[in-house]
Amino acid sequence: MNGHVTERRLHYLNVNYGVKSWLLTTDHKRIAWLYLISITFFFFIGGLFATLIRLELLTPQGDLVQSETYNKLFTMHGVTMVFFFLIPSIPAVLGNFLVPMMIGARDLAFPRLNLASWYIFIVGGFFTIAAAAAGGVDTGWTFYTPYSSIYSNTHVALTVIGIFTTGFSSILTGLNFIVTIHTMRAPGLTWFRLPLFIWAMYATSIIFILGTPVIAIALTLVALERLFHFGIFDPAYGGDPVLFQHLFWFYSHPAVYIMILPGMGVESELISCFTRKRVYGYRFVAFSSVAIAIIGFLVWGHHMFVAGQSVHAGMVFSLLSFLVAIPSAIKVFNWTATLYKGSVLLSAPMLYALGFIGLFTIGGLTGLFLATLAVDVHVHDTYFVIAHFHYIMVGGAVMAYLGGIHFWWPKMTGRIYPESWARIAALIIFIGFNLTFFPQFVLGYLGMPRRYHVYPPEFQVLNVMSTAGASILAVGYVLPLLYLIWSLRYGAIAAANPWRARGLEWQTASPPPTDNFELTPIVTEAAYAYEKEPEEVYVFGKPAHV
Amino acid sequence: MLGFPLFPEQASTMAGRVDALFYFLLAVSVFFASLICILIVTFAVKYRRRSEDERPPLIEGDLRLEVFWTVVPLGLTMIMFFWGAKLFFTTNYPPRDSLEINVVAKQWMWKAQHPEGRSEIDELHVPLGRPIKLILTSQDVIHDFFVPAFRVKKDVLPGRYTTVWFEATKAGEYHLFCAQYCGTQHSGMVGRIVVMDPARYESWLGGETAGVSMASAGEKIYQRLACNTCHLESGTGRGPSLVGLFGKKVQLQGGQSVTADESYIRESIVEPRAKIVAGYPPIMPTFKGLISEDGILQIIAYIKSLTHEGIQAKK
Amino acid sequence: MSEASAVHAHQFDDISQQHEASWNGMWVFLATEVMFFGGMFTGYTIYRYAYAQAFASASNHLDIVLGTINTAVLICSSFTMALSVRSAQLGLRKPIMIFLLLTMILGAVFLGIKFTEYYQKFDEHLVPGYDFSYEPSLARPAAIFFSFYFALTGVHALHMIIGIGLLTWLMVKAWRDRFSREYNTPVELVGLYWHFVDIIWIFLFPLLYLLGRHLG
Repeated sequence: MNGHVTERRLHYLNVNYGVKSWLLTTDHKRIAWLYLISITFFFFIGGLFATLIRLELLTPQGDLVQSETYNKLFTMHGVTMVFFFLIPSIPAVLGNFLVPMMIGARDLAFPRLNLASWYIFIVGGFFTIAAAAAGGVDTGWTFYTPYSSIYSNTHVALTVIGIFTTGFSSILTGLNFIVTIHTMRAPGLTWFRLPLFIWAMYATSIIFILGTPVIAIALTLVALERLFHFGIFDPAYGGDPVLFQHLFWFYSHPAVYIMILPGMGVESELISCFTRKRVYGYRFVAFSSVAIAIIGFLVWGHHMFVAGQSVHAGMVFSLLSFLVAIPSAIKVFNWTATLYKGSVLLSAPMLYALGFIGLFTIGGLTGLFLATLAVDVHVHDTYFVIAHFHYIMVGGAVMAYLGGIHFWWPKMTGRIYPESWARIAALIIFIGFNLTFFPQFVLGYLGMPRRYHVYPPEFQVLNVMSTAGASILAVGYVLPLLYLIWSLRYGAIAAANPWRARGLEWQTASPPPTDNFELTPIVTEAAYAYEKEPEEVYVFGKPAHV
Repeated sequence: MLGFPLFPEQASTMAGRVDALFYFLLAVSVFFASLICILIVTFAVKYRRRSEDERPPLIEGDLRLEVFWTVVPLGLTMIMFFWGAKLFFTTNYPPRDSLEINVVAKQWMWKAQHPEGRSEIDELHVPLGRPIKLILTSQDVIHDFFVPAFRVKKDVLPGRYTTVWFEATKAGEYHLFCAQYCGTQHSGMVGRIVVMDPARYESWLGGETAGVSMASAGEKIYQRLACNTCHLESGTGRGPSLVGLFGKKVQLQGGQSVTADESYIRESIVEPRAKIVAGYPPIMPTFKGLISEDGILQIIAYIKSLTHEGIQAKK
Repeated sequence: MSEASAVHAHQFDDISQQHEASWNGMWVFLATEVMFFGGMFTGYTIYRYAYAQAFASASNHLDIVLGTINTAVLICSSFTMALSVRSAQLGLRKPIMIFLLLTMILGAVFLGIKFTEYYQKFDEHLVPGYDFSYEPSLARPAAIFFSFYFALTGVHALHMIIGIGLLTWLMVKAWRDRFSREYNTPVELVGLYWHFVDIIWIFLFPLLYLLGRHLG
C-alpha cells in the first residue's frame, strides 16, 4: 500500500496495527510488551515513594512529611515494588517473550490465559492505586496482625484485594510456563539441553503455583477479619497474631526466590554469550535452581526468630536457611568459572551481569548473618535487613532485568540501543546503588530500626550518604528509559543475531515473525554450544514429528 | 573519631559474644566477596575479547571442583549455624536468679513495673551486673523490645507473654527502640535503659513513684474477685490449689501436661476452658475484660509468691 | 480415526499435544487450589487443637442432618458428572446434556441447603461480628470456629458457583454439538474440577460438622 517502502518484512510488531490488535492480542511477544509498559510504570511509582522516603531521612526529625504519611510511603513502596514490579518483571516480560522461542514453540500453551493474566494484573494494580489515591495504607507490605486487621485506619482491604487479584496473574503465568515447558519443546530438546533461563523459569513457576495461593488465603483472612470482624488473628478472641506471620511468610519467603531465580536465569544467558562459552557446571546450575525452589519453601520461620516462635523451631529454620544458601553459592562459583579462558566482551549487558555476581554475592553473604540465630536477634528489623534484601533485589534482580532488557532489546525491537550510554548508565547504577545501600549495613548493626520516620541524631551522617547514593541511582535508572525509547526510532537496525549468540531465539529474525520461526527447529546439541557454529546445533525445516 | 559511630557499644555480657560471631561472619564474607570480585576483574581483563573470531575452549565442568565448592561453604555455614544456635540458646534461657521485671507495651509507650512496686514509663532502670529477665506483653498490637547496646530483641505480643533477658556490664544510658512496626508513632516509641550500680538502684527503687509491691497489688485483685472461693489452698475446692503452682508441671484432662508459667496462668484467667486440669470440672468463668494486662501481671506475681514456705511463714 | 472434526489451536503441533497440555494445565491448577484451601485447613487445625472444647461445642451447633444430606448430594453430583464425561467420550449429545443438567441441579440443591444453613446461623446469632452470642466462657474460641466455618464453606460455595457456571458453558457447547469421541477435553477437565470441589467438601464435612459429636 505504501508506495515508497519496498519490501517490508512482516513481523509481530507490524503484522497489524491499532489499539485493539494490542489489547486483544494473544501473541506472547505482544503480551510481554503490555507487561513491560505496566511494570515500568509501577517501577517509577515505587521509585517515587522511595525518593520521598530518602528525602525525609536526610534529617533525624520528621520534617518533610507527617508520620502517618511516612508510614504510608514505605508501605506503598514495598507493595508496589514487590507485587507490581519485582515479582512480574522478568517472568512476565522476558519470560513471556522468550520461553516459547527458547524451546522452539509458536506460543505458550494457553495464549488467551496469558492475555487474561495481564488484565488481571492491571485490575489488581488498579485496586492498589485506588487505595493509594484514597489515602493509602500504612501497615507495611507485611501486613502484620492485629495492626492490619483491627487497628489501622487506612485502606487495608482495598490494597489486599489488589494484591490478591494480582496473585492470580502470577499463578496463571506460572501455570502457562510449566505446561509449555513440559509439552511443547522442539524435537531433540531434552531437559538437559534446555537453556538455563528455562530451568530458572520452570523453578520459579513451581513457586508461583504452590506459594501464591497461600498468601491469597492469608490476605483473604485479614480482609474478612477487617470487614466482617471475624476473630481469626485477634487476640481478644483468643486468636493468634503469629499465625498470620506463618501464613504470610510461607509464601513471602519463596516469593523472594521468585524474584531472584529468573534473574539467575538471565545471568546464565548473559555470561555464556559474553564469554562465548558453555556455562561451567551446567547441570549443577540447573539443579541448583530446583533446589532453591524446594528448600526455599522450608525456611520461612527465619523471619520469626524473635517473634515468639519456639527455640527449637528457630534452630530448624536456621539450619535450613544455611542450606538454601549453598545452591546460590554454587551458581556464583560456576558463573565465575565460566569467565575462565573465555572471550569476554564488556558490553552493557555483561556489565550488568558482572555487577550482578558481585552484588548478589554480597547480598547473599549478608543473608548468612540473618540466618545466624544469635546475630539475627540483633539485626532483625533493622536497616541491616533492608540493606540485605536491596542488595539482592536491586543489586541482583533489577540489574539482571536491565541486563536482560538490553541483551534482548535487538530481538524484541529490531533496534540497537546506544552502547556507550548504556555502559555509562550501568556504571552510574552500580556506583549509586552501593553508596545508597552499603551505609545501611552499618546503620543496621548500630541499631537503627526499620520503618522509622524519626531517628537519633548520631545516625544522620550515614543516612545522608545513603540519600546521596539514591540520587545518583535515580539518574542511572532514568537514563535507560530515555535512550531505549530513543532507540525505537533512531537506533540502528538490528540483524537477526547481533551478539552471535547460540540460543534458539537468536536463530530467527529480529523482530521475529508472529509464529516465531518460519520453519520448525530441531535441536541436536546442548545449550551454549559456542564451540560449534549455529548450523551444527540446529536443523530447520524437518517435519514436526520425529 | 569520625564524629558519628560506626559500631554499637557493648554493654551486656552477651554483646561481646554476639560481636565475636559477627566478626567471624564478616571475615568469611569479606574473604569470599573479595575473592569473587578479584576473580571477576582478573578474568574480565585477562580474557578480554581480542578478536571476533576467538574460539574459547570447550570446558564443561569438573565434578571435583563442584564438590569442593559445595563442601567448603557447607562446612563454613555449619560452623555459623552451630555457633549461632548455641549462643541463641543461651540468650533464650534466663539464669534462675534473674531479677524479673514486667513490661507492658502499648501504642506508643513502654510501661515497666518492678516487683517491689516502682513503675516507670519509657524508661527502665536496672542494676549493673545482675541478670534481668523481662516479662513482656502488649495491650494492643505487636511491638518489639530492642536494646542495641545489649544485642537483645524480642517481639512483644498481645494476648501472650514473651521474655528476654540480659545482664548489663556498663553503667550508663542506652537506647530502647520499638522494633516492630506498630502504627503512627512507631518511631516515637523509644526510651532509655538506665543501668545503675546496685546500691544506687536500691535507693532508686524506694523513690517517689514507689507503690505497693506487685504481689500485694495482685493479692488485692485476687481477693476482690473472690478467686479463693474456688481455689482453696487444700485443693479440695471447685478449682485446683494455687500454692506452689508456679513452675510446676500440671496434668491436664486428656493426658497432656503443661508447665505452669506466666502464659499458662494468663490463659487460665482469660480462656479458662482451653486447658482443664485433670480431676476438676470445666466451670471456671472467664475474667477477660475484667482485669487489665497490668492486673494480670500483678496476680501472677502474687501467685508466684504463694509458696508452701511462704504460707507457713505467714502462719 | 478422523481428526478433521477436531481442530487444534495454532500453537500446538497436533490434537494430542493440545490434549496433553490441557490435562497438565488443569492438574497444575488443582495443585494451586490444594494450597489455597490448605492454608485455611492449617489455620483451622491449629485452633482446633488449642481450643478443643470450644470447637467441639461450636461444632455441635451445626446442622448435621443438612450437612449429611449435602454430602450425599455432592457425591451424587460427582456421579452424574462422571456419567456426563463418559457420554462425552462416547460422543452422545443428549446424555451429555442430561447428565450436565442433573449435576447442575444437584449443585444448586447443595447451594440452597448451604444458604439455608447460613440463614439459620444468622437467626441463632452464630455469625461473628453480627450480634454474635455464645456461652461466655467459650465465646471467643467459638467465634473463631464460626469464622473458619464461614470462610471455609463460603470459599467452597464460591467454587461451586463457578463450577455451575462452567457446567452452563459446557451445556451450551454440548447443545451446539461441539463434543465428539475425538474432542471432549473440556468436559473431562470440568469433571476434574467438579470432583476436586467435591473432595474439598469431603474434608470439610467431618472437620467442621463431626467434632466431638455424641451421636445417638
